[in-house]
Amino acid sequence: MSDLISMTATEIAALVAGGETSAVEVTQAHLDRIAAVDERVHAFLHVDSDGALAAARAVDERRAAGEELGPLAGVPVAVKDVLATRGVPTTVGSKILEGWRPPYDATIVQRLRDAGTVMLGKTNMDEFAMGSSTEYSAYGPTHNPWDLSRIPGGSGGGSAAALAAYEAPLAIGSDTGGSIRQPGAVTGTVGAKPTYGGTSRYGLVAFSSSLDTPGPCARTVLDAALLHQVIAGHDPRDSTSIPQPVPDVVAAAKLGATGDLTGVRLGIVSEFVGEGAEPGVMAAFRESVDALTKMGAEVVEVSCPTFAYALPAYYLIAPSECSSNLARFDGVRFGLRVGDDGNRSLEEVMSLTREAGFGPEVKRRIMIGTYALSSGYYDAYYGQAQKVRTLITRDFTAAFERVDALISPTTPFTAFPIGARTADPYQMYLADLFTIPTNLYGGPGISVPCGLSEGLPVGLQVMAPTMADDRMYRVAAALESAIGTFTPPAL
Amino acid sequence: MAAISREEVAHLARLSRLAVTEEELDTFAGQLDVILQAVAQVGEVAAADIPPTSHSVPLTNIFREDVVTPCLTPEEALSGAPDAEDQRFRVPRILTEDVAS
Repeated sequence: MSDLISMTATEIAALVAGGETSAVEVTQAHLDRIAAVDERVHAFLHVDSDGALAAARAVDERRAAGEELGPLAGVPVAVKDVLATRGVPTTVGSKILEGWRPPYDATIVQRLRDAGTVMLGKTNMDEFAMGSSTEYSAYGPTHNPWDLSRIPGGSGGGSAAALAAYEAPLAIGSDTGGSIRQPGAVTGTVGAKPTYGGTSRYGLVAFSSSLDTPGPCARTVLDAALLHQVIAGHDPRDSTSIPQPVPDVVAAAKLGATGDLTGVRLGIVSEFVGEGAEPGVMAAFRESVDALTKMGAEVVEVSCPTFAYALPAYYLIAPSECSSNLARFDGVRFGLRVGDDGNRSLEEVMSLTREAGFGPEVKRRIMIGTYALSSGYYDAYYGQAQKVRTLITRDFTAAFERVDALISPTTPFTAFPIGARTADPYQMYLADLFTIPTNLYGGPGISVPCGLSEGLPVGLQVMAPTMADDRMYRVAAALESAIGTFTPPAL
Repeated sequence: MAAISREEVAHLARLSRLAVTEEELDTFAGQLDVILQAVAQVGEVAAADIPPTSHSVPLTNIFREDVVTPCLTPEEALSGAPDAEDQRFRVPRILTEDVAS
């Protein structure tokens, strides 16, 4: 394995800025790695070699011209296929958008380009980001680099697997119910869901608009923080974008890396450390809590009773919003059109197009959402779920009066075998048991590797108050400094 | 008792503009029943007087400045369309025969 691909983004950026290597060399090393291993991992749906090398050359030219480079200039990044990339295929893991080349860039993609990062390509995902294993991709599953017979989490399994397989040092994900954090946990990588509204949704293919949050994925906490700083911040093109300065997550990650958590109060969510999680996950979590305590953190248990209802509330709210959002896939403006033989009506063509273009999980969620929003069921389902959302927010607010941040295992179980949960959709939903409350509340959450269980990675989740993203980076970086990072077996 | 019948799933599919097959109806009816019974747990929470939350960001009426900014050309906007004609999206017929005649 070449040295360049095993480096952190921080190290790569320093070498490029110092002229010790070129962005082109770095990019080529990662493209070579993708060529060598991605047939087995299938992290990527599309590799944009020409675009990546052109972007890398531009960085090298700017350096040669004496221009000041940003903190991540020349660093390759893999982008989840949920973000629009101008001229580069964007499928959202669905057949309904097969072949679509967006005429514009998502704001986050534009910021990545402006920062001089090098986009390697688009990563695999559960169709429309609906899933927890990447098995619901219409283009086949991604394999976990720790054990190729297992899932890499989802929906952003491609981004997480690309990091764990050393195909990219940085990646972008999106988190609606855990789709950044849960893949991070099961691949031994770092995944952060920023505060909702802290990162722009412009150009993010919508699944559940009140929950969708794009964010950074990396192999170290500092790298994730650097990427966070590049992509976050107010965007006038997103009406839910928060018009406030981005918390200094990079400084927080550096502070945490000193290994001192004196004065930091952490709350273990009581509801998430009972019987819900596997014994191996709980063992790694308990050891991490000891490590956090040794670094000076004061750790207490905090009860958030309504969290027990977060999963059912989420699986009403997210499908309801999806049933509305996905109405735009009607075979008119982009993507697939099926059955337009000159005789069929628009509605018939629409129904045939959606039938052919959507996979089973997307259809299930559209129908659940349609049901929950129907007159007669609205109050008992969608309306009640929105009230539960209020109570979950109150639980968070009350908890953050007592502690600075909450912690829990990221996910109840480690990477399961491919195929183990597809027959029973609700069993798949349980993977997001611990990550969903944060999405309903809107605050930030991060998953950081905290140990192994039977040779598979376990993640610890840190949840912080809205717009206090820096707090979770500090705690995550401290834990990382105490227990180190985890490297999968050679591919 | 099942929360949802096969006929209701067929109705939902029609509302959702999904031309599902008979085989899918059999599968979905069972799966949606399991999911709906599970999510119905929200009903156990006493929340009669609790206001609903639709969104976590307390922003309303957000508009950008009313200034002209560059936008897509008609060619770019139509570049992903399954069918286009005269700088417009072309769609299958919308009216039925008896209405049109």
